[in-house]
Amino acid sequence: MSWTKICPLNDIPALGARVVRHGEVDIGVFRTEDDRVFALNNSCPHKGGPLSQGIVYGDKVACPLHSWKISLVDGKADEPDVGETACFAVKVEDGNVYLQLNK
Amino acid sequence: MTKQKLVVVGNGMAGMRAVEELLKIAPDMYDITVFGDEPYPNYNRIMLSPVLANEQTIDDIILNSREWYAENNITLHTSARVNKIDRKARTVTAENGITVPYDRLLLATGSKPFMLPIPGAELEGVLGYRDIKDTNDMIEAAKTHKHAVVIGGGLLGLEAANGLKIQGMEVTVVHKNDWLLERQLDRTSGKMLQKSLEARGLSFLLQKDTEQLIGKDGRVVAVRFKDGQEIPADLVVMAVGIRPNYGLAESAGIHCNRGIVVNDTMQTYDPRVYAVGECVSHRGIAYGLVAPLFEMAKVCATHLANFGIGLYKGSVTSTKLKVTGIDLFSAGDFMGSDDAEEILLHDAVGGVYKKLVIKDDTIIGAVLYGDTTDGAWYFQLLRDKKPIHEIRDHLMFGQDSLGNTGHQGQDKVSTMTDEMEVCGCNGVCKGTIVKAIQEKGLFTIDDVKKQTKAGSSCGSCTGLVEQILASTLGGGYAPPSTSKAVCGCTDFNHEEVRDEIRKHKYLSIPAAMKGMGWKTPNGCATCRPALNYYLLSTWPHEARDDPQSRFINERVHANIQKDGTYSVIPRMYGGVTSSDQLRKIADVADKYKVPMVKVTGGQRIDLLGVKKEDLTNMWADLDMPSGYAYGKSIRTVKTCVGSEFCRFGTQNSTQLGIDIEKAFDHMWAPHKVKFAVSGCPRNCAESGIKDVGVIGVDSGWEIYVGGNGGIKTEVAQFLCKVKTAQEVIEYSGAFIQIYREEARYLDRTVHWIERVGLDYVKKRILEDAEGRQAAYERLLYALQGSVDPWAERVEKRDAHKEFETITI
Repeated sequence: MSWTKICPLNDIPALGARVVRHGEVDIGVFRTEDDRVFALNNSCPHKGGPLSQGIVYGDKVACPLHSWKISLVDGKADEPDVGETACFAVKVEDGNVYLQLNK
Repeated sequence: MTKQKLVVVGNGMAGMRAVEELLKIAPDMYDITVFGDEPYPNYNRIMLSPVLANEQTIDDIILNSREWYAENNITLHTSARVNKIDRKARTVTAENGITVPYDRLLLATGSKPFMLPIPGAELEGVLGYRDIKDTNDMIEAAKTHKHAVVIGGGLLGLEAANGLKIQGMEVTVVHKNDWLLERQLDRTSGKMLQKSLEARGLSFLLQKDTEQLIGKDGRVVAVRFKDGQEIPADLVVMAVGIRPNYGLAESAGIHCNRGIVVNDTMQTYDPRVYAVGECVSHRGIAYGLVAPLFEMAKVCATHLANFGIGLYKGSVTSTKLKVTGIDLFSAGDFMGSDDAEEILLHDAVGGVYKKLVIKDDTIIGAVLYGDTTDGAWYFQLLRDKKPIHEIRDHLMFGQDSLGNTGHQGQDKVSTMTDEMEVCGCNGVCKGTIVKAIQEKGLFTIDDVKKQTKAGSSCGSCTGLVEQILASTLGGGYAPPSTSKAVCGCTDFNHEEVRDEIRKHKYLSIPAAMKGMGWKTPNGCATCRPALNYYLLSTWPHEARDDPQSRFINERVHANIQKDGTYSVIPRMYGGVTSSDQLRKIADVADKYKVPMVKVTGGQRIDLLGVKKEDLTNMWADLDMPSGYAYGKSIRTVKTCVGSEFCRFGTQNSTQLGIDIEKAFDHMWAPHKVKFAVSGCPRNCAESGIKDVGVIGVDSGWEIYVGGNGGIKTEVAQFLCKVKTAQEVIEYSGAFIQIYREEARYLDRTVHWIERVGLDYVKKRILEDAEGRQAAYERLLYALQGSVDPWAERVEKRDAHKEFETITI
């Protein structure tokens, strides 16, 4: 496991996201209003919707396909929906975003 | 800081609802202690009748299990009747000796059955009907005894009688009035009800006064009436009314007057003490139905949470009888009076009776018997005081008669079996919904949507879900108010939000949220798009558009598909294209290996399955403007061939279509807006189902508004006839502008017109020439200088990084 530099924080809009393609996997990297950054598997546990394209609010994102609300913190769907998507470790250092990935 | 202490006296539906509402908005504010005199946790009292009728069990009707209390850190004392409040020391004491201090006290002591003060009322076998114990006592009595007499032919009495009959007893209902349920039914429907209950084997003695109950060895054996008649009775259930339980409050010196007197914030005369439920007297009224109690609970919770916003202003109630197979519904002032009108439908053989009482162009009362499908709808019209003259002709035939194509009449809840599908989008059948309502204790449409997903997608089955909710809950159902808050982030409704934005000139979402006291730091996926639209439509060229508050389609100007790819639909003004355009589209389709090319219903071409990262290049190659096929915006103007080629055409509909589409290009709106222009009354462009439909006739153009070909087909209504094409653009522009300024976000034109009435629209467009002209000019101003979003993104690629995937 190692930290991989992704992009400057400012390349991700606040309350928005970018997609990082790592081999076969698409990872959504999200930025909240208060500049916290989270990374989730870019696939809704419901029907695989690209979460990175959803509306970000608080520390949640609403899936663009059917509006499931997914927590950016732990990848879990808001009740009463049941489901969970994978999370990735992410950090911001000197204004750059880093993801922890298996190389 | 130590938490404040909240003590709740009464573990019933009202008290616990207040606690639930409080936990929702201020979960950590109080240490909560609850006293209940019954040995059970909170249960759904209105479902006792189905328990007596063997349709449900006690376990089914528990609302909050003991685990729920524990999970929420609530101390629950059951079988603990509070008999003392010391307001000086601020403590309550229960009969079992437990004393608990409070900072705030909530009284929810409910009511008790009124027992007739007649000789023999104390005998064994004489019961009220109020709680689980009464219900169990009745079930036990039915095992060993034969003759039951129910005194009181009201809702509760009839439900008890029906249940006892199902338990195998011979049941006689004794009633003082000339007909049953006189507080819910008029004479005709009351008699119809009696007939169907007699067919089930119940007996009735009407206009009878009970004189005394005769006992033998301490147990009741007969009932004697004032006229001397005597009938055998081993079980007597008194269901002649309830009395608020306010003895405890009164003994503590809290002002009571046939109930604990509260103000509109549910506060008693002691500011530390609140009261909700059947025990209160609010503006002189004590309520005995569950819907008002829930409204009170909600208001009370906001004050306990120091939110200080809610006011309870009394309730209009409706009732249903929970006897399976008998449908009746009544609301409001159903007896009518000299200055009220009545609309009647009476089919004695078919067992259907409907009466609507109308005064000053609004429904003020309704009785339905035999077919209650439209009860919820009439009740909504009544509560909202909606003018009915436009629909008066169809009113009696129900909401369906106003147009509900696409459901083939398969929407009578009562005739549906459990396996029948209610929600076609999410595949939810009736049984699933009923089960969720009963097991999870759901009371609102929103709860049902959340838990079952029924009605949460396209929403066309919401009416059906509402009917299921109403028939499952009976009197417990309160239709949602039509002016509810935008979402959980605020208490303002849509209209109030618009007013605030105008009044304070908010120009950005953060400013608007701050100014209106939003409860969440940056809203949610429901309120942000609405706010963004309201800001832009109220302050064009000044308010800041926030792409992050737009749904993905509007953010990237393409339509997201189920697999995360997008569709691209270029504009073809008026549905007219050229060989040049078609060639370009074909080349682009080849170059980007577009999996499907499809002709749309709006007379354009759809390129489906495009990857997000290809969008910008594709737009550059296409060099055609965006068709806005993805937005809450102007979509297309559908046209027919018109007088240029068609041998029937009277007007050049194609050219007018092109002109309209160009005039209103780039226009955002509360929802999508579709136009059509037909060149003659044959109406080949389907103008009858568009937001604005124009039909050319020899002498000019007819304009129709509020049509919809979607979820529920709605035929557009005639607005006016004008002479010239320019007038069509001005009138329809003014109409759309007023819709843009006044409709709620996500309202189609039809929904908006439904709410404000076509008369209002006519007044604004036809009777006020100056206002019309001004509205049209406001629209032109809003659209001034707007640019094609595709061209803009092609030109400024670097500013739109969201299109690029980062590969590592």
